[in-house]
Amino acid sequence: MQNRIEKRIELKAPVARVWRALTDYREFGEWFRVALESPFVVGQTARGHILHPGYEHLKMELVVQKIEPEKLFSYTWHPYAVDPNTDYSEETPTLVEFRLEEIATGTLLIVTESGFENIPAHRRDEAFRMNDGGWAQQLKNIENHVTQKA
Amino acid sequence: MPNKQSEPAVLFAALGDETRLALVAKLRNGRPSSISELTIGSRVSRQAITKHLRVLQKAGMVHRARAGRQSLFELDPRPIGEMQDYLDQVSKQWDQALERLKAFVEK
Repeated sequence: MQNRIEKRIELKAPVARVWRALTDYREFGEWFRVALESPFVVGQTARGHILHPGYEHLKMELVVQKIEPEKLFSYTWHPYAVDPNTDYSEETPTLVEFRLEEIATGTLLIVTESGFENIPAHRRDEAFRMNDGGWAQQLKNIENHVTQKA
Repeated sequence: MPNKQSEPAVLFAALGDETRLALVAKLRNGRPSSISELTIGSRVSRQAITKHLRVLQKAGMVHRARAGRQSLFELDPRPIGEMQDYLDQVSKQWDQALERLKAFVEK
């Protein structure tokens, strides 16, 4: 049983382009679908409203850990920590890392998320529900988007 | 009495240890095993194995059965299935987010 998730994807775009899409907070927000309010700065929190219809009142928060230009971008977050009555600051968040490598066809992007064993039990179900609804909605958004473009 | 079902966070924590991971791997064949059997080939003591089994029992991943005067331990496959489901969900979310990223940088 693995306690982490790893994804590899080949992107037909130069490393510099992918780097910008990951680390420019406005570009990140476009594909991640979140309206972040401030740029990514190491050690600082970036927060913003989720952009799915019906979910706009929800906020997402992440704390930038590392910015090593065109190599590594990482942050910690509490996925879908949205209950305004709960203080999430005491909880150990999961760590998300984006690593970039130049390949002949463009960029190899490796994404890992780790630290699931630290999600407190009382929150896990809630996060699960949010993810479920939220991401099902996201999938629809992409479908719509792609269909319109075709 | 079946153990109360544990939250996946408890399950992940229970498996966040090499010895316990090895115990679960040994029990995966579905055959109930004694502490002696589980200690064979392990670098840790019988006492340590007993302690780790207790953690797994508490998390509901391992059940104890009596066979005569011996205690046997067997794996409950359900919690591991739950953990897998949870990771699969998160994994799927990343697949979708990365597909959007791909469309975004390749356009």
